[in-house]
Amino acid sequence: MTLHIVVTAKQVLDPETPLSAFSVADNAVSTAGNIPPVVNGYDEQAVEAALRIKEAHGDARVTVISCGTDFALDVIKKPLAMGADELVLLQDAVFENSIDPTMVVAAVTAAIRKLGDVDVVISGRQASDWDNAQVPLGIAESLGWPVATIGRKVEVLDGTVRVERVLPDGHETVEAPLPAVVTVSNELGTPRYPNMRGIMAARRVQPTVWSAADLDIDGTAPAFELVSLKKPERSVQTEMITGEDDADAGRKLALRLREERVL
Amino acid sequence: MADALIIGEVTDGAPSSSTLEGIAAARGLGVAQVAVLLPGADAANTASAAIAGGADAVYTVTDSPAADGEFDALVDAAQAAAAQCGARYVIGGKTLTGRDVMPRLAFRLGTALASDCSALELDDTGRLVATRPVYGGNAEASVACLGNPAVASLRPKSVDALTPDASRTGEVLPLAFESNVRTRTLERVEEAGEGVRLENARVVVSGGRGLGGPEPFESLRELADMLGGAVGASRAACDAGWVPSSHQVGLTGKTVTPDLYIAVGISGASQHMAGCSNSRTLVAINKDAGANIFKEARFGIAGDWQKVLPAFMEQLHELLG
Ligand SMILES: Cc1cc2nc3c(=O)[nH]c(=O)nc-3n(C[C@H](O)[C@H](O)[C@H](O)COP(=O)(O)OP(=O)(O)OC[C@H]3O[C@@H](n4cnc5c(N)ncnc54)[C@H](O)[C@@H]3O)c2cc1C
Ligand SMILES: Nc1ncnc2c1ncn2[C@@H]1O[C@H](COP(=O)(O)O)[C@@H](O)[C@H]1O
Repeated sequence: MTLHIVVTAKQVLDPETPLSAFSVADNAVSTAGNIPPVVNGYDEQAVEAALRIKEAHGDARVTVISCGTDFALDVIKKPLAMGADELVLLQDAVFENSIDPTMVVAAVTAAIRKLGDVDVVISGRQASDWDNAQVPLGIAESLGWPVATIGRKVEVLDGTVRVERVLPDGHETVEAPLPAVVTVSNELGTPRYPNMRGIMAARRVQPTVWSAADLDIDGTAPAFELVSLKKPERSVQTEMITGEDDADAGRKLALRLREERVL
Repeated sequence: MADALIIGEVTDGAPSSSTLEGIAAARGLGVAQVAVLLPGADAANTASAAIAGGADAVYTVTDSPAADGEFDALVDAAQAAAAQCGARYVIGGKTLTGRDVMPRLAFRLGTALASDCSALELDDTGRLVATRPVYGGNAEASVACLGNPAVASLRPKSVDALTPDASRTGEVLPLAFESNVRTRTLERVEEAGEGVRLENARVVVSGGRGLGGPEPFESLRELADMLGGAVGASRAACDAGWVPSSHQVGLTGKTVTPDLYIAVGISGASQHMAGCSNSRTLVAINKDAGANIFKEARFGIAGDWQKVLPAFMEQLHELLG
């Protein structure tokens, strides 16, 4: 039986956007200029994890699911260029990117049900925009599937998934029966770069597009109401320490810290 | 019955700091009754510590995989405690356990989690309003929680625990529930760090990509040892393999609040600052005078650490005798 792996991938503002180009106004975040969005970093790691499983397993297929209102096709096709087989876009005005993960969880859960034969879902540990770190856990609860989070190594064995989880001071290995949801972290390693052949192949793939109606979703109870969104205030008086040269500045720093009784 | 339920944890035989901070946050809301779920073996002692820390009732769980920290059973326990006490507000910590258990609990209770909050308050209609850093800390959102219960997790060290009051009294209630463990822990490997624990250190010396390799971290270790501190790192330095990921400070790493944080060769990305910006005194050494870290540092040197650090350490040596 072909192992069917779903990877969830979100299109996000580039988190490397310089702060000078990042603005918060009218309860929304935007970037100046033409900074293209990216695939959420941890989701590229999720694609990498899926491809490693596919390579180890032989008979496997990787479907990428992304939910949103509007996609930059060349961006969201990157997982295909890396080696994923299919792309399903859940696209509808009601899937607007908001701090509330409820709708995304409902949409992705419905899409996984619609696909029908999914064995394992691999997600990033968190999206770098709203930093919710909960969509995959919500999907697992909605589907009633077991979950293993913050993996640095994911293996599919006979009917189970085995995950090496990153702990604050070490690691642990957990195992869950399939179907299951797994999230991965940057400790998994650098995701592969798409090669020329992958990029060409990705161009030819037509994504499947499903709307809220296709998924039979007619609204979910929102979890939050946004009260305000603003730039955080910082109130630090910085004192730059200079000297004749760098070494001198270093000595002065020590003296200054002593003077301030920090040391 | 309780107004607020804290999803607590036991570490080293006592309620964890996240538990005591959660209790303090709930008391800060001004609600009448605060209950705590505290799974773990030594229930009698941990429960009295939680009551001294501000709780009115403690749900204990001893004979269950939840007592050993299995997440699946903890979600079941938390769901049962929430049902039993009928709390309107459920609060946990953004700890290793909370990262897994709290979102699942929220979805089971029919809502979503306000995760990694830096502050909680009630509006005049009694809705929980959570303040959360988002976009890696480049923006800050306030959301009113619409679910009943409202479920939130607190960023470590954003609320001070209350001073323990041994004269406080409260109820201890053994919790009965069914648990279904599907994700099983096969093996756990603790990588004992050297010296002082990063999370508790009074001084943290952190290095970033600007250090250029693993060897300079030995100088940071030497400096940390001189000051009785611990060594931290940016994610870039961990990803490069120069130091183990257990050293990572930041949004997805550890939260530290030392008296002195020295950042060497770190640019000050918001995701890094998320883990250290509550340090009392932040010092930055970076060769780029325009680096973001200088916007958040109390003291800065725009210079090459290779020149700055040895002289700084030499001078320190003299000062400290
Ligand atoms: C969702 C998400 C979560 C993240 N979580 C974390 C996290 O928990 N922790 C974290 O740290 N990062 C995290 N990051 C990554 C973060 O965005 C930055 O990429 C990272 O912190 C950069 O590390 P750095 O400052 O060491 O490297 P860089 O940004 O490359 O900075 C290196 C600095 O070194 C300076 N330098 C170079 N040579 C010298 C020299 N000789 N002397 C002095 N200075 C020198 C340079 O001027 C530069 O400022 C996260 C990112 C995302 C998207
Ligand atoms: N709109 C989305 N489309 C596809 N996957 C998503 C979406 N939002 C979140 N995810 C997945 O869930 C993970 C955690 O996201 P979050 O809970 O939003 O922090 C991400 O790394 C993605 O894998």
